[in-house]
Amino acid sequence: MEILASLVIAVLFSCGIYLVLRARTFQVALGLSLLSYGVNLFLFFTGRLITGAPPLAPGTAATADPLPQALVLTAIVIGFGMTAFVVALALRARGELGNDHVDGQGARR
Amino acid sequence: MNLLLIVLLPFIGALLPPLAMRLGRGAAAWTAAAVPAAALLLAVEPLGAAFRGEPMTGSWSWLPQAGFDLILRMDGLAGLFILLILGIGLLIILYANYYLAKDDPRGRFYGILLLFMGSMVGIVLSDHLLQLLIFWELTSLSSFLLIGFRHRSSEARRGAKIALTVTGGGGLAMLAGFLLLGHIADSYQISVIIAAGDSIRTHALYPPTLLLILLGAFTKSAQFPFHFWLPRAMAAPTPVSAYLHSATMVKAGVFLLARLFPALSGTDLWFFVVGGTGLITLLFGAYIALFKHDIKGLLAYSTISHLGLIVLLFGIDTPLAAVAGVFHIINHATFKASLFMAAGIIDHETGTRDMRRINGLWKYMPVTGTLAMVAAAAMAGVPLLNGFMSKEMFFAETLHLTALGSAAWLLPVAATLAGILAVAYSARFIHDVFFNGEPVNLPIYPPHEAPRYMILPVAVLVGQCLVVGVFPTLTVAPFLALASADVLGGPLPAYNLAIWHGFNAPFLMSLIALVGGIAVYSLRQRLFNVSAKLFFEIDADFIFQKSIDRITGAARAITMTLENGSLQRYAALLLLSAGAAFALPVITGKAALIGELPLSAIGPVTLLGGVLIMAAALATVLWRRQRLMALIALSVVGLVAVLTFARFSAPDLALTQLAVEMATIILLLLALHFLPQQDQAESSPLRRGQDLLLSLTIGSGMGLLTWAVLTRPYTSISNYFMENSLPGGGGANVVNVILVDFRGFDTMGEITVLAIAAVGIYALLDNLCLAPGTLHGIGRRWAPERESLILTQITRFLLPMALLVSIYLFLRGHNAPGGGFIAGLTTAIALILQYMASGIAWTHRQWRQKYHKAIALGLFIATTTGIGSWLFRHPFLTSTFDHFELPLIGEFELATAMLFDLGVYFTVVGVIMLILATLGKLSERCLETREVS
Repeated sequence: MEILASLVIAVLFSCGIYLVLRARTFQVALGLSLLSYGVNLFLFFTGRLITGAPPLAPGTAATADPLPQALVLTAIVIGFGMTAFVVALALRARGELGNDHVDGQGARR
Repeated sequence: MNLLLIVLLPFIGALLPPLAMRLGRGAAAWTAAAVPAAALLLAVEPLGAAFRGEPMTGSWSWLPQAGFDLILRMDGLAGLFILLILGIGLLIILYANYYLAKDDPRGRFYGILLLFMGSMVGIVLSDHLLQLLIFWELTSLSSFLLIGFRHRSSEARRGAKIALTVTGGGGLAMLAGFLLLGHIADSYQISVIIAAGDSIRTHALYPPTLLLILLGAFTKSAQFPFHFWLPRAMAAPTPVSAYLHSATMVKAGVFLLARLFPALSGTDLWFFVVGGTGLITLLFGAYIALFKHDIKGLLAYSTISHLGLIVLLFGIDTPLAAVAGVFHIINHATFKASLFMAAGIIDHETGTRDMRRINGLWKYMPVTGTLAMVAAAAMAGVPLLNGFMSKEMFFAETLHLTALGSAAWLLPVAATLAGILAVAYSARFIHDVFFNGEPVNLPIYPPHEAPRYMILPVAVLVGQCLVVGVFPTLTVAPFLALASADVLGGPLPAYNLAIWHGFNAPFLMSLIALVGGIAVYSLRQRLFNVSAKLFFEIDADFIFQKSIDRITGAARAITMTLENGSLQRYAALLLLSAGAAFALPVITGKAALIGELPLSAIGPVTLLGGVLIMAAALATVLWRRQRLMALIALSVVGLVAVLTFARFSAPDLALTQLAVEMATIILLLLALHFLPQQDQAESSPLRRGQDLLLSLTIGSGMGLLTWAVLTRPYTSISNYFMENSLPGGGGANVVNVILVDFRGFDTMGEITVLAIAAVGIYALLDNLCLAPGTLHGIGRRWAPERESLILTQITRFLLPMALLVSIYLFLRGHNAPGGGFIAGLTTAIALILQYMASGIAWTHRQWRQKYHKAIALGLFIATTTGIGSWLFRHPFLTSTFDHFELPLIGEFELATAMLFDLGVYFTVVGVIMLILATLGKLSERCLETREVS
């Protein structure tokens, strides 16, 4: 299971970073979303993979760790805010500059 | 207390002249003059204490955590400088009142002047090295403002900039030197350091310490090769020049030499560096001064030369030479201040400073002429004037020097040569300006004598030159003895302040200097010609500008390589450095990568999920140019993430992710509407290869990191939360209790960030009208149908139920999966569904909501809940809860944390709706514009 989790993280990060490095704003937004999935899952995994024991008090020793979950919960919502902001920036840039290149130019450099 | 007042008075007083300006120009000058006058009165008592041999000290707690107190001490040396700074400052203020033009901003002028005065007072009274440095840099800053006072003139701005760069740079070197010195002496207190002179001189770090401190002193005192800022600073109004270049700014450097003389002097290094620099500066300044046609230029270079003389005297490093150095500090301050003021009068009355045009002023301004002649004679070292006496002592000291061995004759010869040059440029100043024919084409003609009160300060100073020169023992002797004793830190050498020592070698040297100087002056025309052929003037200013240009050029080049404006490049650099930071400890073997725990088994469902999420992520990349497909693949990634959370005991996360997933996909769909459909240009294969390599490297790094984490034993701080959630927070859902109670302040920050993001998005997009990518690329139009009847009807029916669900999720959030975030997201999704089914116009008609208000309400509720706990004398956001009994419903629990959660709920609803509605409205707006057009 640990290897599968690591593989998932590796793939999510690789795909996310590759897309973030693209020149088109929409692809960058996709990449950022993938990256935030990767980050959230990574944080979540650090609380270990425990099945069938949600963190409800009073818990036993085998209960899942609530702390990473609390971190990830706000991270998910903030992640939405960030993606939305990036998209808004992209739209504004498209409005001002007339193209969707991250550096604001039509031709590739 | 007196000492602190003396330092603070100018700083507080600096605020007064700008205010007094409203009462009139004179009022500004008089309030400014009151400051040094009052400070002088305050200085009487500590001065008396210094004379009694018990210097007044005082310390006030400043930064006790850093062991940094404000320590002031007024010994004889400090007292002497206080008299010079405040006394000459007072005269300058009076003089400036008549010098400044009617429309000059006097309030500002006097304000900055007093700031500068306070900084100087701070330097001389400080008994702590770092504190001294603070005042030192303050003088650099305030002199920058003074030199650049006429900020409309580019010359003034340049002069100010150069002065600040040179003296500020020297100050930085000095800071390093002070830190070393404090390290060596194990104290920053100057009186302690002075007492530890022997151990400092033998310390291994002595040479760098000395050189760094000297760098500071030499730049401030305009020693060669840092002298070039001083002539440039002549762009300042003349009262400023008279103040900065006689008694203050440039004297700060020599003051430091005098102050640290007992601690640092007495070594060969000191002798050669200080003495050598002084000697070169003495000769160089005197030589250049002779050839300057600008009166202030001549005085500027003569100042450089005299500063060189003082530095040389300290460098000679005998007790008597140090006494002569202190003496010359006093004398130079008086005659140079009066000469600058006289030059200011001449400039003021003739409109020019060019000595080729100003001639024969004697018959127009005899009083100024007389005073200037006396002061210039003092500068030349004519007997019966103060300059003569210190110069005589200097000549005598050069003769007794044994340190140079067989080259001992060199110093007296050089001294005599400097004396000849000094007489020559002094003669030039007098003869060229007041005699030598008639004025040539003056801007103001005929010149008049200056107003009485402008001449008065000059007369006071010239009177001092005369009185000190004639009655030295009655006037200056006690001050000199007192200050010199502090410089030497031991018994005074025997010296005799008599006017006539008999016909001896020093007197002969003076005589040669006088005769030779007049001869040089009379031959000046030929000398000018020869000099023009032999020497070319090294334009230090030009070199300065070139090196500044080169430095900025290099900085720009480095910046451009790192920061070329390409976001892709930045992202790559950022990732590369992050990867390197992670890889370094692993590669160097400081951290083992994989832990020791055994691997656990994989179930078939989990395996399927894992494969699915990886495949979907890859599909997102592969389909990145078919945007809708990429979006679908992305949503699969999100859904598997939801399932992952659900499977591994995180129902809250699963609910949140599910709701956010929908919002995200809708957001990206909306964005797609406005972004070009076809991706015209793909990056080059090389770039794609690079990026692929980089992303695979970092991705696998993250994978390894995950593996490393998961195979290590687990310890967590969560036990505390698990145990205290019910008794302390009154909730069984620990995740929710952490969010709204334990870490409520974090959540508060997070919803604030969300609110800012939403408002920012609103600001970015509110006025934007984007043409949708309708006809872009293939030229297909968007489908014209806007609303589906079935969807419309169903969503209207669904809305109340969805809202009910969200209320349920909210209420149970404290004890079971749910809470403000999840309920807010659910509400938002229900509302968005209305938009999607019925269109913006209809929805807005139904709701008439201002989502800004929801955000504000949410933040308000959250904050007031937090503040509410103050009423009960608890820290911000302390929560409480209790159980209540109601008929029909039964027992239920109320917690203030739920109120906070309500704030979270409203903020989340407002944020999501504001973002999506703003994006959605983009199309409406453009529809309107299209219909209008």
